[in-house]
Amino acid sequence: MGFDQYHEPPDELPPATRTFARLCASLTEEAEAIGWYEQRLAVETDPEALAVMRDAQGEEFKHFSMDLEFLLRRTPAWREIAEGVLFQVGDIVEHAEEAEAEALEGGGSGPEGAYEDGSLGIGSLKGATR
Amino acid sequence: MNHLLRSLAPISDSGWKLLDDEAGERLTPALAARKLVDFSGPHGWEHSATNLGRTAPLVAGPCDGVTGLQRRVLPLVEVRAEFEVSLAELRDADRGAVDPDLEQLDKAAHQIAVAENVSVFHGWHGAIIGIEEASPHEHMHLGEVTDTYPRPVAGAVERLLHNGISGPYALALGGEQYQRVVETAEHGGYPLLEHLRKILEGPIVWAPGVKGAIVLSMRGGDFLFESGQDLALGYQGHDGEVVSLYLEESFSFRVATPEAAVVLDP
Repeated sequence: MGFDQYHEPPDELPPATRTFARLCASLTEEAEAIGWYEQRLAVETDPEALAVMRDAQGEEFKHFSMDLEFLLRRTPAWREIAEGVLFQVGDIVEHAEEAEAEALEGGGSGPEGAYEDGSLGIGSLKGATR
Repeated sequence: MNHLLRSLAPISDSGWKLLDDEAGERLTPALAARKLVDFSGPHGWEHSATNLGRTAPLVAGPCDGVTGLQRRVLPLVEVRAEFEVSLAELRDADRGAVDPDLEQLDKAAHQIAVAENVSVFHGWHGAIIGIEEASPHEHMHLGEVTDTYPRPVAGAVERLLHNGISGPYALALGGEQYQRVVETAEHGGYPLLEHLRKILEGPIVWAPGVKGAIVLSMRGGDFLFESGQDLALGYQGHDGEVVSLYLEESFSFRVATPEAAVVLDP
């Protein structure tokens, strides 16, 4: 059992960043599981086994979506870019470039503020000692 | 547009970014309570009360054969610090000036951080029971001689341990006390800051507004800060010279374990 989700010494990371890293690792695992089930479903011929694995893959869709929503809620710039890309019809790359330019180059502030509630997004500072 | 009415202000997008960034930079170092207590939220401007899970008796039921109880809640408080910014300064910043005068914003940020710290650590009469008010422990004396600081801090840690309160422990130091600790190198040797950290096994934070110091457990679950609207800049009005703005937040604070902190008087 390791701590591979941390790229920096865990003791130096604030708790919020450690939580963020855990959810990123979880997101990766759910995406891998979805891919594995997709491959198994592609080769399986037993209808009962297919039904079980389709149900299992559905669980992974749910887990992946929950992880993603958590991460987007904690990362306004990521959320803003995702809103410009996800569930849009048309050219994915074009939407992505536009969303990135709007979210990052526009500064992410303005009258509406950088955060959804108009706040400064300070939140918890537990783990920040200075 | 939400209740902050920011879109009504004669401030450009880059002007708002300048003000938001400045406020964040000024607030973050001074918000000591958020560095040490559990934080929940933000739950939004509409969030008005914290659920206590407790009830109060009612004299009578609404009709025969029926009894009733009334739920008890802890109302959130709103704090606001108003300030003005010169429109000319904002226009200059739009032109690329790198030294806009935001002194009033800086002062308001410090004031509202102090208000949050005081409310949490000492309390706000009639609104919030702070850590000092809740703690059942007799106060210890920190004094003015920094060489002796480790003794009361170690004493406070021992008292917490004696009451079954595990660590790590944190030390919130008032402005004067923090400065003394940072400046002091004991007899030209081992810095006091490091000595105290060894005793606490936790952080030491600058807590403007705190009188003296407070040692508290960082194990979690003992001190609960609930945020409604997190700190935000809002618009109040303007004339031809200045724009009137404010910093605002809403929150409640509860002490779940009064024994988990010891106050050190200055």
